[in-house]
Amino acid sequence: MHKRVVFQNRWLPFLLVAPQIAVTLIFFIWPAWQALETSFYLEDAFGFSRKFVGFDNFTRLFADAGYLRSFWRTLVFGVSVTALSMGMALALAVAANRVIRTATAYRTFLIWPYAVAPALAGVLWFFMMNPSLGIVAYMLEGTFGVDWNHYINGNQALILVIVAAAWKQISYNFLFFLAGLQSIPKSLIEAAAIDGAGPARRFWTIVFPLLSPTTFFLLVVNLVYAFFDTFAIIHATTNGGPADATSILVYKVYATGFVGQDYGSSAAQSVILMALVVAMTVVQFRFIERKVQY
Amino acid sequence: MVENRPLAAILTHVVLILGTLFLCFPVWVAVVASTHPGEALVRSPIPLWFGDKAWENYSQLLSGGVPSTGGVPLSTMLGNSLIMAIGITVGKIAISLTSAFAIVYFRFPFRMLFFWLIFITLMLPVEVRILPTYEVVARLGMLNSYSGLIIPLIASATATFLFRQFFLTIPDELVEAARIDGAGPVRFFFDILLPLSRTNIAALFIILFIYGWNQYLWPFLITTDPDLYTIVMGIQRMVNVGEAIPIWHYTMGTAVLAMLPPVLVVLAMQRLFVKGLVESEK
Repeated sequence: MHKRVVFQNRWLPFLLVAPQIAVTLIFFIWPAWQALETSFYLEDAFGFSRKFVGFDNFTRLFADAGYLRSFWRTLVFGVSVTALSMGMALALAVAANRVIRTATAYRTFLIWPYAVAPALAGVLWFFMMNPSLGIVAYMLEGTFGVDWNHYINGNQALILVIVAAAWKQISYNFLFFLAGLQSIPKSLIEAAAIDGAGPARRFWTIVFPLLSPTTFFLLVVNLVYAFFDTFAIIHATTNGGPADATSILVYKVYATGFVGQDYGSSAAQSVILMALVVAMTVVQFRFIERKVQY
Repeated sequence: MVENRPLAAILTHVVLILGTLFLCFPVWVAVVASTHPGEALVRSPIPLWFGDKAWENYSQLLSGGVPSTGGVPLSTMLGNSLIMAIGITVGKIAISLTSAFAIVYFRFPFRMLFFWLIFITLMLPVEVRILPTYEVVARLGMLNSYSGLIIPLIASATATFLFRQFFLTIPDELVEAARIDGAGPVRFFFDILLPLSRTNIAALFIILFIYGWNQYLWPFLITTDPDLYTIVMGIQRMVNVGEAIPIWHYTMGTAVLAMLPPVLVVLAMQRLFVKGLVESEK
């Protein structure tokens, strides 16, 4: 990352980075540090006094059955969203890569949900699945006899937010899969076809392995999306309910801190989540770049 | 394709059409619902074709608003969203351009430290540090203000990296030529670097505009004054009305209005959008 030719100036470079660094220090580093510090203290609800408790907040969390359930739920949620949206996106990308004449028209129809805010995706599906007038709930009832009510049934509420979150993410995955597919040399596929490999065999032995850098990249991005960006979907629709059924980790940080006013515990949860993001970012930058390449 | 298989061709189109339907259906339902009177949306099955109340519903929303959001007209919320989205986008691009310029074209003490500080912001999404960030903003007196909505969100590691990556591909000869002609760093930045970065800036603008427009948690936390509500977070107050039944025709109308601007931007500038998306994630 070095240029041979550079400018000489004593103060200008500092002036140029100053705004970015100021915002980073004030609104990113300092709050993160505060979270780290608060996680070692126990504060009373009014903020009058606090005392150092070491790792108590953390041990309390990991002894709390509710928090562990939330961990498990987040995992189920994240894996389902990722599998659903990546699976559908891959199928669509493979199909879009085959058609030539109508490709742009299809692409237009498939990419716009990227621009829909997660909160709005949640509201749209919340309406579609509304037990008393939702069109999907109505069809489920009529065709499969499913009694849909996500206000009462926790698993159904979880399905609702999974579908909404996956729906919003398909466009993104589709675009990256399509770009990945288009970069695979046609000659490889043709050679395999001459050797007598059918479409299915060609896909699993040539296309899919060659796509693996894209797939791994999307895997990390989708998990990060499901763990953090879906807060809005849950907050705008189920509010973590019923009975905490959709209360994933990032929602719990908010619920514990803002609603429950247990600052120490909320900060400890923040620290755990930050550790999770750091780990995922490291995986994304180290592991993927090096290992998954042909 | 390699061989001609009519069955595979049909299957391809079936997959694409099903995918398109799955993605478009929720929005179709929302648009249809927003054109009906409230009474049409109280029991199943709800209509799947347009009603005749589109004009009434949307003019009521845009000029009068609904009680559960404090009676703020949606035109105000749309305006707030626009100010926030543009503010975040311009802010991010401006400070990322200058910091990338400094990091690539100057040698100065702590250069790598600054680089890593910017990099760390990637790992700290708002959602995981909500409370302390809220406290900082509160202490700075920035609650319920546009600056509070915009400034805390304008740091951008992604944009800085993108510009840094791009600047590194610009041949050194350009800098040498500029220096021989007597141009200083500021002149070089405005007359050579900025014009060369035009396409990158435009592509990034689209991605960041969508990011800014779709902010939810942040405006929700720091605005208590209904006059500062943004539309994406405002809709939440129509859905979560407790025991009362949401007024669905208005709620869906709001959803349509809230998603229209970013969706139009994506559709109108498809090529730039794809470029921005693919490049900003590398």
